[in-house]
This record gives sequence, structure tokens and C-alpha cells, in this order.
Amino acid sequence: MIDTIMDSPYINSLPFLIEGLKLTLIITITGLIFGFILGALAGLGRLSKSRIIYGITTVFVEVVRGTPILAQVLFIYFGISEDLIGVNISGLTAAIIAITLNAGAYIAEIVRGAVYSIDRGQFEAGRAIGLTEKQTMRYIIWPQAFKRMIPPLGNQFIISLKDTSLFSVIAVNELLYQGRTYYNATAEVFETLVMVCIIYLMITVPTSLILRRVERKLDV
Amino acid sequence: MITVKDLHKSFGKNEVLKGIDAKVDESEVVCVIGPSGSGKSTFLRCLNLLEDITSGEVTIDKETVNDPRTDINQLRAQVGMVFQHFNLFPHKTVLENVTLGTTKVKKLDANQANELGTQLLEKVGLADKANEYPDSLSGGQKQRAAIARALAMEPKVMLFDEPTSALDPELVGDVLEVMKDLAREGMTMVVVTHEMGFAREVGDRVMFMDEGVVMEEGKPQQLFESPQNPRTQEFLSKIL
Repeated sequence: MIDTIMDSPYINSLPFLIEGLKLTLIITITGLIFGFILGALAGLGRLSKSRIIYGITTVFVEVVRGTPILAQVLFIYFGISEDLIGVNISGLTAAIIAITLNAGAYIAEIVRGAVYSIDRGQFEAGRAIGLTEKQTMRYIIWPQAFKRMIPPLGNQFIISLKDTSLFSVIAVNELLYQGRTYYNATAEVFETLVMVCIIYLMITVPTSLILRRVERKLDV
Repeated sequence: MITVKDLHKSFGKNEVLKGIDAKVDESEVVCVIGPSGSGKSTFLRCLNLLEDITSGEVTIDKETVNDPRTDINQLRAQVGMVFQHFNLFPHKTVLENVTLGTTKVKKLDANQANELGTQLLEKVGLADKANEYPDSLSGGQKQRAAIARALAMEPKVMLFDEPTSALDPELVGDVLEVMKDLAREGMTMVVVTHEMGFAREVGDRVMFMDEGVVMEEGKPQQLFESPQNPRTQEFLSKIL
């Protein structure tokens, strides 16, 4: 009995798929960390009174949100040639850049929305006691806005995690790519894809559940 | 203490203040009354430059508020402001609300700031709420905390923008008591209010504003009992 379970096509693919999951998580987490930095800057740029800064960040957000991530990663990987920038971009680097840009654009809107949602009176109260604009942002607006960003940021994590599956087209051996390689070799297509999806769900469902709890706790 | 000369304020094409002249002496309590939309809140907000001034001049303690050379943050630190909706910082405790400006603007160290903050919370009757968050306070307590926050900066002037308008009637009294104490201690105050009782009892002078101008001003007794301007008479007959 145990032998049949252990020998089933579902279980056999696992070590191979787990290798892919590792890379999927590396791309997602690294991309989101850089994406958050980029998004925070771009989001504040979208709130800027300077027309130039506002313009640049708006173009960035609109271009990235308005084009498919698949096109973006093909562009980064194949479109930008080595002659052009002098270095060869590996598949992994292209994947991380694509997630960074993509998450950055969406996080910019998350940041802008969160800051915008803070009552104007908070800003005025800060300025009225003599805080500078920067201090008001840092001590009053940002901490409150950050709380409101947590649920949509968690959401972005789930979206970016799933987006990494697109990178199989540039031969990054993330989870889905590993699955495809495995079923091409074994012809166990159904069983392998079931396992791939289960592994995605094992990350996304608990994340959703945690998010819902956090949301309730923060009361946002 | 405060001098306002020919103050104009427009929002786009809409002129809200159409030339205001006013003077507030040291330790004087001036109450500003008038119908909604008369520009009284905008007038108050121009005094500490929460609204840009379109033209005219405002000086507080000999410093011109709308002079680009004035350090507006230093000036605002000396002008306390209390808002209709309190605007307490919800992510900070009551005591932290009070001490934030003293540590970041006045650069007091944490001990001094906490000591001063605790004293002020005692003064407004909130010593037991120091470590709670604003959400757990009643409206009247919130407004008293907001007053303590403004006082922590040791301002020369306090501006009140309809401080009791958002409060349940039974909570208004406590806030007015704190304000009366301040007036007795000699604080210079400008109070935009609908509390005619307070204006009459505590105000040294009352300004009646309508349609962006000061229609009439005078001692409370005179303005309330024998208003000269027909608009003042009409307004008072509606609310008294």
C-alpha cells in the first residue's frame, strides 16, 4: 500500500517540482522587495506637486500597467540585446526585473491610494504644530497609510507569484517550467499539472487566509 | 498680537474673503461668528497659512505670516490650532499626540516632553487617558486632548475652528470649560464658534462675518444686544 502511494506519478514529480517552487519564491520575493521600493518612490511621485516627477511616474505606471507582463519579459530578455547595454541578462535576472517593474507599477497605485485615503485633516494637524512636510509624511501620514497598504500588498504577492509562471517562456526553471519539463519526459501530464496547481494553492490559500485575519485585526 | 490687513482669499474664481482687516491684542479673546459659508473658517486658516493668502498681509507677533522669508514651521509652532474634527493622530496614544510636536519641532528630550505632556493632560482632565488611543475617547475628550496637543507647543496664540460643532451637546461643556480656563490665564485666542453663550461670556470682542467681509464687530454685549448692521440683526434673530 505504502509502496503504491510512494510510487505514484503524483509523488514522483514532487522533488522536481519543489526545485521549481524554490525559484518561483526567489523571483517573487526578490521582485516584490525591489518592487516595493520602486512602487513607494513612484507612488510618492504620483502625489508630487512637481509636474515633471508626476509626469515621469505616471508614464511609468501607465506603460507597465497597460502592457502584458509576458510582452514585458520577452522585451527585457530578447528585445534588449547584449550590444545595447553591454551585459547579458540571464533569464532569472529578466524575470526579477519584470516582476519588479510590474509589481512596482501596481504598488505605486497602492501607495498613492493609501496616502490619498488618509484624511486631509491629519496632514493639516501635523503642519499646524509646526512639523515640516517631510516630518508630517514620516510621522503621521506614512504609518497610517502603510497599515492600509498591507491587504493590497498581500494581494500583490499572490498576483506576482502567479505571474512568475509566465517566465517558463524564457526557460527560467520555475515551478510551471519544471512541471512542463517533467511531463514532457514522463507523459504524466494530468498528474503533474495537478501537483503544480496544488503547490501554487499551498502558497496562495494560506496567504489569503492570513490576509483576511490581518485585515480584520487592522480593521481597514 | 495679530494684525490682518486687507486679506483676500480666492479659491479659483470664487472669492471667499473680500478684504478683511482685523486686530487681536495680547490676551484678548476674539470670537468670530456668522452663517456657514461666510468665510470665517477660511479666515482663521489663513492666520497660520493652512490656506495660502491671495493678497493682503497677516502678521503675528510682528512676523509677517505670508512673507516667503518667514520660517512658517517655526511660526506655526507658536500658533496653536484646534480643529472641528479634532484631527488627533489615531496611530499614537493620547500622550504621544501631545508630545510629538515637542520632540520633533521643539526638540525636547523624551523625559521633558513626557513631563510636559502629562502636566497638560492633567490640566485638561485626561491624565488617566494618557496611554490610550484616541479611538477609545469620547468626542469631548478627543477635543480636550487636541487642545493639550496645541498647548504643548507653548503657543502665543490659539486658534479654534468650531471646536464644539462636532460634539454631542452634553460634551460641549467640558471643552468650553477648558477654553475658559485658558482665557482666564491670559491666552490670546481667536475662536470661530456657534456657541453664542461662550462668545458672550468669554469673548472680549465679537466679529460678525458674512459673505467674506466683517460686517460688524464690537463688545459682545453691544453686538448681541444692539446690533447695528441689518445682516447681524437677521443672523442673531435666527439663532438666538
